[in-house]
Amino acid sequence: MIREPLIFEISDKGKRAFRLPALDVPAKPNILDGLPVRAEIEDFPQVAEVEVVRHFTRLSQQNYCVDLGFYPLGSCTMKYNPKINERIAGLPGFAASHPLAPEDLVQGNLEVIKLVEDALCEIAGLDAFTLQPSAGAQGELTGMMVIHACLAARGNPRKIVLIPDSAHGTNPSSAHLCGYTVQEIKSNANGTVDLDDLAKRMTEDVAALMLTNPNTLGVFEYDILKIAEIVHAKGGFLYMDGANMNALTGICRPGDMGVDVIHINLHKTFSTPHGGGGPGSGPVGVTKQLEPYLPVPRVVRRGSAYALDFDRPRSIGRVRSFHGNFLVLVKALAYILSLGPDGIREIAEMAVLNANYIRKSLDEDYHLKYATPTLHECVFSDKYQKENGVSNLDIAKRLIDLGVHPPTMSFPLIVHGALMIEPTETESKRDLDIFIGAMKQIAREAKENPEILKTAPHHSYVRRLDETAAARNPIVKWEKGK
Amino acid sequence: MSYIALSDHDKKEMLARAGVSSVDELYGCLPDEIKLGRPLRLAAAMSEPELLRRFESLAARNTYVEHLSFLGAGIYPHFIPSIVDALSARGEFLTPYTPYQPELSQGTLQVIFEYQTLVCQLTGMDISNASLYDGAMAAAEAVLMANRLNGKPKVLVARSLHPQYRETIRTYVKNLGVRIEEIAFGDCGGIKTADLLAKLDKDTSAVLLQSPNFFGTVEELQRLGELAHQHQALFIVAVAEAASLGVLESPGRLGADIVCGEGQSFGLAPSFGGPHLGFMACKKEHLRQLPGRIAGQTKDVDGRRGFVLTLSTREQHIRREKATSNICTNQAWCALRATIFLETLGHDGLREMAVQNIHKADYAAGKLAAIKGVKARFDGRVFNEFVLEFAVDVRTVIAGLKAKGIVGGLDLAGDYPELKNCALFCVTEVHRRDEIDRLAAALEEVLR
Repeated sequence: MIREPLIFEISDKGKRAFRLPALDVPAKPNILDGLPVRAEIEDFPQVAEVEVVRHFTRLSQQNYCVDLGFYPLGSCTMKYNPKINERIAGLPGFAASHPLAPEDLVQGNLEVIKLVEDALCEIAGLDAFTLQPSAGAQGELTGMMVIHACLAARGNPRKIVLIPDSAHGTNPSSAHLCGYTVQEIKSNANGTVDLDDLAKRMTEDVAALMLTNPNTLGVFEYDILKIAEIVHAKGGFLYMDGANMNALTGICRPGDMGVDVIHINLHKTFSTPHGGGGPGSGPVGVTKQLEPYLPVPRVVRRGSAYALDFDRPRSIGRVRSFHGNFLVLVKALAYILSLGPDGIREIAEMAVLNANYIRKSLDEDYHLKYATPTLHECVFSDKYQKENGVSNLDIAKRLIDLGVHPPTMSFPLIVHGALMIEPTETESKRDLDIFIGAMKQIAREAKENPEILKTAPHHSYVRRLDETAAARNPIVKWEKGK
Repeated sequence: MSYIALSDHDKKEMLARAGVSSVDELYGCLPDEIKLGRPLRLAAAMSEPELLRRFESLAARNTYVEHLSFLGAGIYPHFIPSIVDALSARGEFLTPYTPYQPELSQGTLQVIFEYQTLVCQLTGMDISNASLYDGAMAAAEAVLMANRLNGKPKVLVARSLHPQYRETIRTYVKNLGVRIEEIAFGDCGGIKTADLLAKLDKDTSAVLLQSPNFFGTVEELQRLGELAHQHQALFIVAVAEAASLGVLESPGRLGADIVCGEGQSFGLAPSFGGPHLGFMACKKEHLRQLPGRIAGQTKDVDGRRGFVLTLSTREQHIRREKATSNICTNQAWCALRATIFLETLGHDGLREMAVQNIHKADYAAGKLAAIKGVKARFDGRVFNEFVLEFAVDVRTVIAGLKAKGIVGGLDLAGDYPELKNCALFCVTEVHRRDEIDRLAAALEEVLR
């Protein structure tokens, strides 16, 4: 196998992969005089076009991806990303338009924003959405800032945010960035919110409960209406992390469960590709009372045209530039319009069917800490395999040898040695069976030949990497001669 | 359209395995009273040809793209070589997740490592992260990082920093006890030194300014950085037009402690404002306070070079509320495009592009300012943007140009009431001489 070098290692002076047209305005020989000009960009690459193409094509082949196979990362919703959505987002009318263009020249874009907002309001059962947040974590921050601003307007922004111990790490981090202190709510024996613990902690110092529903175990919070009641009775808000909306679309709506604020990940539920770590998009939906606090600007209808409204004195302000990750919104809208109401419901139904098929197929081979029914994902642990000294890491690495991507590892934190599996709705039974077969083989190997697991992967481009050394002695860029 | 891959036969077998007779039964774990019980009120499903037609008609209502435009102000038109689209469209780059399993993600991880190297070379800094959302958020994160580094409560932000970056900073710090004060600009369009000196004190955590700034003016970074450092304040430089780094001296070499900015100019179409990418780089000693993902080099058990996500003890999934930032998903695919773009242009191509921007903007500024009723508002040196002041109402000028199929400049009165009848123009390598001449002729007619 060719080991692909870094581009800097194949660079040589004078090579070019691109040429501009000759300068067509009169060249002033001394134009750079008086400007702080750099001599050269030291060691910046110089390669030919074919070298760039082969470099990235070879690198691409060292990536696993949804287009290649099953990608069961729990809470990441790695579903198929339709190709038509990419083509649509590339239409020059969208891709070439400038965000500061006069409103009458970008009516199509403003309509896209309005259509996405309206569709998300209907799907989530809430009154208004902002599409500005760039990803889930920024959505959380925006949502918490909206709550903070509303409470502050009532006279007291409060001090505490409650978050279950099963939550994603962005929840406490976002609450903290909004100036709140975080208190953890314990999970009960079912893996859901302990109502007594919640009732005890829910005081008038608490601004909000941040809840993921279904939670990171894939378990729906059956007592959601009681939870909302407890939070609302003390004047707090119920924030829902919508990372797991894929289990619920068209089945039930957060707004109908007492949720006041939600963020939704378009790069999960609404099929926009994850791109190896973004761009995402994290729209935030709120009830009517919180709408005045959403970021500026808002798209509004004025007569027969769409316009941008900046005159919103109670708004929290901007959380980023312009209108969010706009082309991601275009892709999500294409997905929603292609599926229609029945297709949107089918997302959730088939995601839940696929997940339960996997759960039932593997529940004798792998330990399930919680027997509670689950929706779109299930969380096994390595408890049985640990008896032979095999950890969830070994299981994950062996899956790589067997041609599938491992599940999410070691999360949620309430399950020791977790393997969190979310198949999504777009997997075929054949691909699910390949995964199930691989997991069963690994369970057998753990008993019969644990060594093969502990030394896995055996056939990948690189084998187990020394992450400790990487952190202890960080090499985070290429340097000549090093 | 449906993207489900299960036949009726499959579903029957799977339901049997799951031990239920219908999918509804799997939803038995939801209380009945919250179930919707009706179809969502959304438009009926569309086939691919219908969908394409629908979006083509939406896109056609963006008549902006038929205009000759001179808008910049944070989003810049630059040529994108074909291989950027061709390579970045590969499913292997577009459809993986964040590289949590390094053995299956060496492509993405090596790209990030190269991206980090390129950002360091361009900015003159030691360490870069793997990307942030956009320039505005990167500026806000830089302010928070400075506050973590020295704990001082006040940040001086140039009024000539992009207005949306300033707004974003204000939003981010609002509940965190960090105070923002603005530094005025002078007649050259750059920082008014006297104002900076008057506001620098022992409480100043950082001085944040943009170069080239919102008016296109290239700031005297070295001198301003020295003033910040004399007061033990960190010096943060924001670069909204990254193409300038192809020819202007790197902020790192001129004294910056943190460099943040917007990478849209590197192979990303204007896209109505996103997705693009925020970049951020710092000095080695501040590594542990840098927000966001970082890829690092290491070895596998056989001694081969490989790459991993590293230093994750700074991040939310490990440190939760004590993390350096709440960011998780960033803009990896945009960073991939920037990497392909920069490696394609290469050393000479990037410099040539940047130099052409200076020539063309200079040609346009000279030509336009020579028109009666038009003058340059500032006298400082610029990169590819400049501010013109009109003798008449700027709104009639802009409307007159629009009637002739030209968009630009940008009326500055909304963000800068003190810049009445002023507009910001941007000219890059994509503008041909005949297009600049067309703008000049149109402006002359409008003002006649």
